[in-house]
Amino acid sequence: MGDLKLPAIDYGALAPMLILFGVACLGVVLEVIIPRRHRNVVQLTVALLGVVAALTVLVINRNTRIVTIGGAIAIDGPTIFLQGAILVLGAVSLFLIGERQVEAGGAFVAQAAVVVGSDKDNRQVTGQPGLTEVYPLTAFALGGMLMFVAANDLLTMFVALEVFSLPLYLMCALARRRRLLSQEAALKYFLLGSYASAFFLFGVALLYGFAGGVQLSAVHDAVANPQRSQLLLYGGLGLVAIGLLFKSALAPFHVWTPDVYQGAPTPITAFMAACTKVAAFGALLRVLYVAFEGVRWDFQPVLGTVAALTMFVGAILAVTQTDMKRLLAYSSIANAGYLMVGVLALNPDGLSSTMFYLVAYGFSVLAAFAIVSLVRDSDGEATHLSRWAGIGRKSPLLAGIFTFILLAFAGIPLTSGFTAKFAVFGAAIDGGQTWLVIFGVITSMLIAFPYLRVVVLMWLSEPGETTPAVSIPGFLTSAALGIGVIVTVALGVVPAPLIDLTREASQFVR
Amino acid sequence: MSADFPFLSVLTLLPLVGAIAVACIPRAKAELAKLVALIWSLVVLALSIVMWVAYTVDSTDRFQFHEKYAWIPSWNANFTFAADGIALVMLMLIAVLFPVVILASWHDVDQSRRSAPTYFALLLAFEFTMIGVFAAADVFLFYVFFEIMLIPMYFIIGSFGSGQKQYAAVKFFLYSLVGGLFMLAAVIGLWVVGGHTFDFAALVEAGKSIDQNTARWLFLGFFVAFAIKAPFFPFHTWLPDSGGAAPAGAAALLVGVMDKVGTFGIIRYCLPLFPEASRWFAPAALVLAVIGIIYAALLAVGQNDLKRLVSYTSIAHFGFIGIGIFAFTTQGGTGSVLYMVNHGLATGLLFIVVGMFVARRGSALVSDFGGAGKLVPVLAGVFFFAGLASLALPGTAPFVSEFLVLIGTFSTHQPYAVIATAGIILAAAYVLWMIQRTTQGTLNPALDEVPAMKQDLSLREKFVVAPLIVLLLVLGFYPKPVTDVINPAVQATLQDVGKQDPAPTVADGKAGR
Repeated sequence: MGDLKLPAIDYGALAPMLILFGVACLGVVLEVIIPRRHRNVVQLTVALLGVVAALTVLVINRNTRIVTIGGAIAIDGPTIFLQGAILVLGAVSLFLIGERQVEAGGAFVAQAAVVVGSDKDNRQVTGQPGLTEVYPLTAFALGGMLMFVAANDLLTMFVALEVFSLPLYLMCALARRRRLLSQEAALKYFLLGSYASAFFLFGVALLYGFAGGVQLSAVHDAVANPQRSQLLLYGGLGLVAIGLLFKSALAPFHVWTPDVYQGAPTPITAFMAACTKVAAFGALLRVLYVAFEGVRWDFQPVLGTVAALTMFVGAILAVTQTDMKRLLAYSSIANAGYLMVGVLALNPDGLSSTMFYLVAYGFSVLAAFAIVSLVRDSDGEATHLSRWAGIGRKSPLLAGIFTFILLAFAGIPLTSGFTAKFAVFGAAIDGGQTWLVIFGVITSMLIAFPYLRVVVLMWLSEPGETTPAVSIPGFLTSAALGIGVIVTVALGVVPAPLIDLTREASQFVR
Repeated sequence: MSADFPFLSVLTLLPLVGAIAVACIPRAKAELAKLVALIWSLVVLALSIVMWVAYTVDSTDRFQFHEKYAWIPSWNANFTFAADGIALVMLMLIAVLFPVVILASWHDVDQSRRSAPTYFALLLAFEFTMIGVFAAADVFLFYVFFEIMLIPMYFIIGSFGSGQKQYAAVKFFLYSLVGGLFMLAAVIGLWVVGGHTFDFAALVEAGKSIDQNTARWLFLGFFVAFAIKAPFFPFHTWLPDSGGAAPAGAAALLVGVMDKVGTFGIIRYCLPLFPEASRWFAPAALVLAVIGIIYAALLAVGQNDLKRLVSYTSIAHFGFIGIGIFAFTTQGGTGSVLYMVNHGLATGLLFIVVGMFVARRGSALVSDFGGAGKLVPVLAGVFFFAGLASLALPGTAPFVSEFLVLIGTFSTHQPYAVIATAGIILAAAYVLWMIQRTTQGTLNPALDEVPAMKQDLSLREKFVVAPLIVLLLVLGFYPKPVTDVINPAVQATLQDVGKQDPAPTVADGKAGR
């Protein structure tokens, strides 16, 4: 038996991921050790410290450009930028997840396994502190996302996909209120997600057959100099793409999004809308730019159609929504379409503008869901649109902030939404994708309508008797909301530093 | 102060600071908020007068008061401000109209359940965006102001308007946003083909070498945005709704200042950036403008709502501005720019006076008036004057501009000038009929029962209308100071387009003086 040769491992470069996985395991242990009443504080602190530590290491490593652990992980500009984005957005998401003051016990159920509607279930709706396993689950998910955007071979990417997806499936089912909806959402997400993973894996197999290896560089070389049937290449690319398009919520693989966004606990929805999107698009960028650059002329029109379809579906269906979380879900679908416009520019500007868009959108969407979590009545969050009528009269500050966020989604100048849209559209025209920009502009007009409808509802309608009072946000939600709004303003007014950062980071290693 | 003083950035930022200050005044101290807003707008006026004096008419430099501050270096977007003669007169118009409107709106929001400081803060915020849009000399900066100017007006119409205010506010916002997004696509396109810069001067240079087909598409992107804003037929339907629903003062600003962004944009951006495309599109633009003149005038005749009526008259007037621009003659261009100023004064006055009537009567319907001149003779007299100015009676400022537009158009496009002249007859019809039905004839008995209808102009209201009347008369008899400023800028623009004036036949452009 020959000697097994271990690949060289750069632990320093991997440290952010290792820290988060370590923190996640530590969290599981703490769950056993710490008494229930202290658990929330301790778990939240540990998770946040883990994120901060990972971020610190990342900043120290910011100039690292290597492929390590046998080619499985690539640490380069996009990796570091996207990992940083995931960590920062993840920290803000943790604020929302940790909020316990808005609703007694938090947004999470005390015991997820209790039968919905039973006496025990009804008792735990009020009062009992929510479970704290969400923190290790979040840490696992974050670690998986870091790995996902760094994965340099398709198998590692698959493993990372599962590592961050499984905790998300679970967390979707943990809503304290509307348990049935929450569980249905989790089931839906899990089933469809499993299909998507299966497609992805099958695609990896085909690509292995085509390239004789799963590393992105191997695929790249094989694309440049094909030895085997092109059928394997296109089949594999298509199936891998399906897996990634599903995670990015691009049409026609978006159907899970509104249900899952609506059913999941709002902090988890925010987490998914911000961080999962970064991770999914990060991987999509890497796969398309690193492995398949050589067949860009073949996939550009197909994915262009996907992008156009996504923008249309998101914009048009957003118009008909009557639930705030579903409206934001369709808005996030439309935004995925705009992101795809940036991805398909397939030039350095496309890469940097997509990364800028991810950060800009992530912070805005976190703020939006933070606000959704504050508008509530005795039955929990009041997400039906009719309940928001006249809320500007009752809580002008909150309505003002939400108006600002909606203007950002609509892409009005001096908000991050405008700068981001400008960046991706500019890159796409530069990359010869003018038709996508025209689609983008048309759908921007369509989707302005639902945003405007909400603004009208909040400010120009008379408050009804059922207009709920707005909860006073706790420190954590205030912090998340404040950060989201400040970043949305800052990236609208002085976007230059982040644009420069994304430009410096827009170079993949292969 | 010398010309080195950063006039334009200070002028832009002043109202913004004022808006924030007024917004911070507590709701209970509404009077204080009004006073601060008024004083603030007067300070802006004072500064702009200083700027007017500092402007050198005979300068070889087409743009003056250059300022440039870095903003987004990697996109080459800067805070660049500069003003040519056209922008300068528009800035003056803004500076004059805002104090007047603030004074005119003094009691407009007293009955509203919403707070007065908010209203006056929104007005100042609107002034900030207006000054910014005319002072910008960077396409990106211009676009930013072009879009954000929707927001204060949206809330003014939606929160403080009357009637179908929600419908009007949303329609206003969506129409303008649609136009804005077309322009966004064109701005990005221009940035890409124009060498990744937003600098106006650099783009004018680059514009000469843009592929003809591309240039036409980009031109259309800009033109649609400006045509919606202006508003030109057939993009005009939002204006009667907005003008009808907005508070009278805000409506005066809407048609007096904001709509001018459309025509200003065509002169400043469409023509110099895409000269070939402008010439190519001119016939279509002329047809649209002429249709607008006749069609809107006919609709104005049939209106029963005073504010909607005045809105329709504006659409007709914008048709005149349109033919003046696309006739590509110095008289036509100068006439158009002068028309923009005069229309702001005349229609602004008309809206304000209509607002005074509406506030007294509690209704904007023509049929609710009748013989009002017997109760409020002075107000009726001012109304009559505003109406005559609006229909461009000789001796009032709009006459000069309308005359210049028509002779400018006549020398190159006779048929259009002839049809447009028919619009003048219709203008006389709708204005005189409006005045007759509201202030002349037998007294409507219902009017007698409204106590407010018996109060003639208060001192405050006299202060509101007096400056506008004086300006309309002075510029009607002696427009030279304004035309001198406008003329070089228009000539420079026409040079960009590559159009020469035809040999002078009837008049050489000094006919109105």
